[in-house]
Amino acid sequence: MPVVNKAMRETNSRDLFPGALEMMILESLRREPAHGYALVQHIQQRSNNLLQVEEGSLYPALQRLLKAKLVKAEWELSSTNRRVRTYQITAAGLRRLEQHISSFERMFEGISLVLNLGKATTS
Amino acid sequence: MDWIPQIFRRRKFYEDLSEEIRLHIEERTEQLMREGMSAEEATRAARRAFGNRTLLEERSREVWQWPTLESVGADLRFALRQLRKSPGFGVIAVLTLALAIGANAVVFGVLNALILRPLNVPQAESLFVIQPGERHSYPDYLDLRQRNRSFDDVAVFAIRQSGLDTGKDPSKVWQYETSGNYFDVLRIQPYLGRFFHASDEHGPNSAPYVVLSYAYWHSHFQDDRTVVGRVVRLNRQAFSILGVAPPGFQGTILFFAPDIFLPMVNHEQLTGEELLNGRGTHWMFEMVGRLKPGFTPEQATGDLNSVDSYLKNTYPKEEDNEPYTLARPGLHGDYLGGATRAFLTGLMLLSGLILLAACANLGSLFAARAADRSREMALRLALGSSRNRILRQLFTESILLSLAGGFAGLMGSIVLLRWLSMWQPVPQFPLHVPVSPDANVYLVAMVLALVSGVLFGVVPVRQILRANPYEIVKAGSTGAFGRRITARDILLVVQIAICAVLVTSSMVALRGLMRSMHSNFGFDPQNVMLVDTDLTTAGYSGDRIPAMQRRMIEALQAIPGADSVGSVNWPPLELPNGGWQGKVYTDTTTDLSPSNAAGDPHMYNVSPDYFRASGTSILAGRAFTWHDDTNAPRVAVVNREFASKILGSVPDAVGRYFKLRDGTRVRVVGLVEDGKYVNLTEDQQPAMFLPLLQSPASWIWLVVRSSRDPQQLAAAMRSVLRDIDPGMVLAIRPWSTELGGTLFPSRMATVSLGVLGIMGAMLSITGIFGMAAYSVSKRLKELGIRVALGAQRKEVLQAALGRAFKLLAIGSAAGLVLGILAGRVLASIVYQATPRDPVVLVGVVLAMAALGLLATWIPAQRALSVNPLILLRED
Repeated sequence: MPVVNKAMRETNSRDLFPGALEMMILESLRREPAHGYALVQHIQQRSNNLLQVEEGSLYPALQRLLKAKLVKAEWELSSTNRRVRTYQITAAGLRRLEQHISSFERMFEGISLVLNLGKATTS
Repeated sequence: MDWIPQIFRRRKFYEDLSEEIRLHIEERTEQLMREGMSAEEATRAARRAFGNRTLLEERSREVWQWPTLESVGADLRFALRQLRKSPGFGVIAVLTLALAIGANAVVFGVLNALILRPLNVPQAESLFVIQPGERHSYPDYLDLRQRNRSFDDVAVFAIRQSGLDTGKDPSKVWQYETSGNYFDVLRIQPYLGRFFHASDEHGPNSAPYVVLSYAYWHSHFQDDRTVVGRVVRLNRQAFSILGVAPPGFQGTILFFAPDIFLPMVNHEQLTGEELLNGRGTHWMFEMVGRLKPGFTPEQATGDLNSVDSYLKNTYPKEEDNEPYTLARPGLHGDYLGGATRAFLTGLMLLSGLILLAACANLGSLFAARAADRSREMALRLALGSSRNRILRQLFTESILLSLAGGFAGLMGSIVLLRWLSMWQPVPQFPLHVPVSPDANVYLVAMVLALVSGVLFGVVPVRQILRANPYEIVKAGSTGAFGRRITARDILLVVQIAICAVLVTSSMVALRGLMRSMHSNFGFDPQNVMLVDTDLTTAGYSGDRIPAMQRRMIEALQAIPGADSVGSVNWPPLELPNGGWQGKVYTDTTTDLSPSNAAGDPHMYNVSPDYFRASGTSILAGRAFTWHDDTNAPRVAVVNREFASKILGSVPDAVGRYFKLRDGTRVRVVGLVEDGKYVNLTEDQQPAMFLPLLQSPASWIWLVVRSSRDPQQLAAAMRSVLRDIDPGMVLAIRPWSTELGGTLFPSRMATVSLGVLGIMGAMLSITGIFGMAAYSVSKRLKELGIRVALGAQRKEVLQAALGRAFKLLAIGSAAGLVLGILAGRVLASIVYQATPRDPVVLVGVVLAMAALGLLATWIPAQRALSVNPLILLRED
């Protein structure tokens, strides 16, 4: 479970875990707008159920994104005819997502390099 | 900046959020039921999958909140809960603060209204009072106005009383007789109609106009807008109403609100006195000048004094004023301003001390509370709360209390200040104290509240920062009461010292007032009625005045029960700024320029029986008779001071001669006792009495001594005088009432000091009580053991309260010494106040001891009634 309980601007590039949930939300919303429940389903399926996100922890993250104007929300009727609050990524959200992904990729690359190097010396 | 709409949208966000979460769980439940779970199982599983809903919802909301604000809210709620648990402490703290802050707000309100706030006219900062203003004649004023180069313009006014007849009941009004430019110098605009201007004046009696003050128009013309242009009779002369002054304007002297304003050039028409051209007739009251831009007050003073030296050279016989100085307008220059400023500053210091004492008091209470709660705090520290958080919480509590107290005190002071503004302390003068509170007062009260909150909140800080949670939790709260001197002890001593200062000061003041009430005035106001008659306002002039005055005196003499009837132009101690003075010369002086004068005694014009009627004892020689008239040689009666200072000998005074300013030789025929003439604090002053028929006055006060009931006597006097002339305006009052005006400042001083003294006493009671009660309750167990081991009552008391008494004694002694030093300052304000008065010293010691006994009574009872069995069983 990602531990996300600090304000977004403090956590942009400090740690791997904080901000990760937000990144995944933004990425899902980039593909298509969705409501909270659908987002949870989507993230769990895409991660092959490797990430067991506590469903509720999505909501504080969504509120932070709303406050930072990276997403916007609207009440509408879903295809299954239920009242849902659908989230949509904004232009600012797209920009933020791109920054995140590139910095995340660089970080990931760095980490895997370090880890590979470690393996190389011990073997 | 979108946080403002956010505040309002927040509720909507929260509602959306809850709804969204509810729908989420619902959707999950339905999904699970489709997968084959029962409804109950599905609900439970859906909830489990969601997580802690309340916590998550709270976290989501936090996103929209300010974190500090929210936790301040929590602190506030906690503080309120704490206070609800000990309502007694809360009430005492709020009351103490309300009293202390209220006292400060009232004193500051008065200080603000009378001294800090500029006069209510446009650009008041360039307006100055040129003093001495009263030592001027009209020609002096004209010269000063024309010859100075540093003022845009200079206005002048004199204060008088007239009879105003609007066709109905004639009544007395107080008027400013002003130069034509008065309103233009002040730059104010009329509320109704127009003002008179310099251009309306074309020589003596050319401008028969009158401007009403707003208050007079409101009370006597019922806001009638058609008054403009109406003709009214002032002293039976026709004057037409030009306009009404604006509501906030009541002349240039804050204490003294005139009813009407009229041009000085019409003085002769009004009174029959031809004063305008008299170079030596000093009848102006105050000069007000508008400084030119770019001139400093120092330059202006130099400029004025160069005009002055020109005038002194040109008219050496007439000019004798002191060098000019400038002062802020509002309090008649430094004359009233100096004393008022000194007194109010002193009062402000004392009330500041009250607030400090209150803070010390609450600080020690707070420290005691913190000590009582040390276990709770230790627990919180042990559980990971930061010391900052605990301190913040304590400060929240103290600031909450101080703001509540400040608010209550401010409300009280607003009521009091409003009431003070409406108050008319002296019926015969339009005196009032315009001190309605403004934003400054509110601000000061709130700042004081905050500061005191921090002050007493800071007391337990050290205690908490040093607290060791482990020790406290282990030992419990009873172990930590040490023998060494604590901050609380010092605070108590400081507080008691401050209170003793206040008690000493108020006792010094009270004693002073009592003495001045019983000092020798040089006359006896008991059983005397005064009638204030101005024959000019009744339309008399010339020779008819003395004849009429004699007729009135004889008619009053015929009233049954009237012992003696006299008259005086102004009774001593009547005028707040003194009466008439006249320079006198020794008999051998030939050059009668002001600098050669032998003295400047007070001068009274009296009728033959005045000395008997007023109760002034004649020490040698004789009083006047009706034969001391214009055909007889000039004579005078003088007081002892006059005899010794000017004539050089008291025993041989009768029969000697002196000279008046115009060179007239006057023979002294009588010697009377010394008295008080202007105020009760004055040094002994020389005075001379001249016979009414030799130096006539149109405005005299009839003095009637009688042991009859004052009301009956007044009625009889009124009917007798009405028989002589029904048109006369009469004010009949007992002399003792009349003296209220003179005693007013010292009464005010005494009342305010007395109130501060009582507050000081109350604070010391609560302070000692708090300390004693706390130390007894802390040591109940120890006391119980002592009782169980056979301690006597005396020993128990000594153990329980010895410390409190020791602190009380130290504090009182320090306070007494300080109080005596402060009393020196007081002595200059309150009449006859001397700090080295044994009664005061003994009184203070007794008062503090009594306060100590009173405050420790209940804790002592508690200590004595300790039951060791119950106590020791408890733990």
